[in-house]
Amino acid sequence: MCGIVGLYLKNSALESQLGKLFEPMIIAMTGRGPDSAGFAIYGDEVSEDMIKLTLQHEDEHYPWHDLASLLEETFGTSVSVLHNANAAVLKLAAEEEPVRKVIEEFDSSIRIMSVGRSIEILKEVGLPENIAERFNLAGMKGTHIVGHTRMATESGVTMEGSHPFSTGMDLCLVHNGSLSNHNRLREELEHKGIHFETENDSEVAAGYLTWRLREGASVEEALQGAIEDLDGFFTFTVGTKDGFAVVRDPIACKPAVMAETDDYVAMASEYHALSTLPGIENAKLWEPDPGKVYFWGKG
Amino acid sequence: MEFDLKTHSVREVNQALHDLPKDQETEVVVNGISGDHNIAVGMDQPAKITLNGHVGYFCAGMNKEAEIVINGNAGQGLAENMMSGKVHVKGNASQSAAATAHGGLLVVDGDAAARCGISMKGVNIVVKGSVGHMSAFMGQSGCLVVCGDAGEALGDSLYEAHLYVKGTVASLGADCIEKEMRPEHVEELSALLKEAGCDDDPHDFTRYGSARQLYTFKVDNASAY
Repeated sequence: MCGIVGLYLKNSALESQLGKLFEPMIIAMTGRGPDSAGFAIYGDEVSEDMIKLTLQHEDEHYPWHDLASLLEETFGTSVSVLHNANAAVLKLAAEEEPVRKVIEEFDSSIRIMSVGRSIEILKEVGLPENIAERFNLAGMKGTHIVGHTRMATESGVTMEGSHPFSTGMDLCLVHNGSLSNHNRLREELEHKGIHFETENDSEVAAGYLTWRLREGASVEEALQGAIEDLDGFFTFTVGTKDGFAVVRDPIACKPAVMAETDDYVAMASEYHALSTLPGIENAKLWEPDPGKVYFWGKG
Repeated sequence: MEFDLKTHSVREVNQALHDLPKDQETEVVVNGISGDHNIAVGMDQPAKITLNGHVGYFCAGMNKEAEIVINGNAGQGLAENMMSGKVHVKGNASQSAAATAHGGLLVVDGDAAARCGISMKGVNIVVKGSVGHMSAFMGQSGCLVVCGDAGEALGDSLYEAHLYVKGTVASLGADCIEKEMRPEHVEELSALLKEAGCDDDPHDFTRYGSARQLYTFKVDNASAY
């Protein structure tokens, strides 16, 4: 069992309250996932020639400025650093691959959680309320956010096994369910050059989407492919730069409920997590049909 | 009697409901509901319970005798294993509504999701909207009435439950077939529609039932038990 929550703001006036609106949603899903929690927040977009990386290290007092200085020297550009608990968000004008290489050579114990122009992924082992507090979720601004609370079944309780999983530039995946063909699929994807860090089944789903997207599929096409190629039960929520997508397995083993008002579109594993949203009493509420890809966002 | 789930826990409310007298009908209203699970589970007395708000999973499970009205939507497993009484949800019901229920009446004003009436054992279900896939799977007895459409694999591996659908059926499950509406079926359906407050014409419905061709129906297999 796990919990999924997502919130996309249609009304930009609410962007300064995104974290505040989202915090009770993710905490409400503690019963479905008390092991670990995480979220991918979108906003504070950098210009087209820049990238934004979310990095994490076990050491709360990690010297991120040393890394920033090295990146500034290597790429001849300024690097901004925002330190948040054991994570840091770095922004610089450079290409993804060379930056990844420099970071890996600098210190292989740094984990690159996300890369993009808008996304920031923050996740950790522990109760959702502790994680929300640790990263000051309530104070965060943005356009949309997806989150996950985990009750581990297929692999250990670790930060690496927690969600969301990055699946490419500005893309992430959260998963409720379990997959039964993940071992074989992992092998196949490894042959295609996808790298895995854990024995986690959801990481294989994320790797699958990464591969499909890398091959040129749209998010919708990649998710249609997932319905065909992944064996097991799942509700997936995929965060993109412009919004989020939801898909349930064809026999609807795992729950999902949606709410829409003039101000927002929200999804959760259970209605309980939506009940604190403003105007929920009069929101349009429905369950997504199984085996159908839904997408909300601009464009 | 009135409760507010903002100030009482579900356990406290359920305990108070279980403590109600069995020999008289008590009216109870529960407010402040925000998707809480297991509300009014295990009733065994003739209370009239009104739940204001959207309820979570397993609401009114195992209900016996009580009449429960939900002014909102219901999560998974509504009226699961109901024995008698009546459950009426004014909104939609999530999957597995009235699963394995033995008796009583479930009325859903909106839609019911997948597996509505799965393994039903005598309950009557009237859904004014549509039902999702695999509804009435292995239904043994009772009636499922659908005023809208039915999803895929309706009545798969059906035993003796009676299915009546007014709209379209996406597909029939294994061993489920269309059957003739005889006078006794029109009579049965009319009574259920009336009880559920529907003014639909029973003649607009199609009856589906078991073709009785699967393994368990073959007398040759009886010696296996």
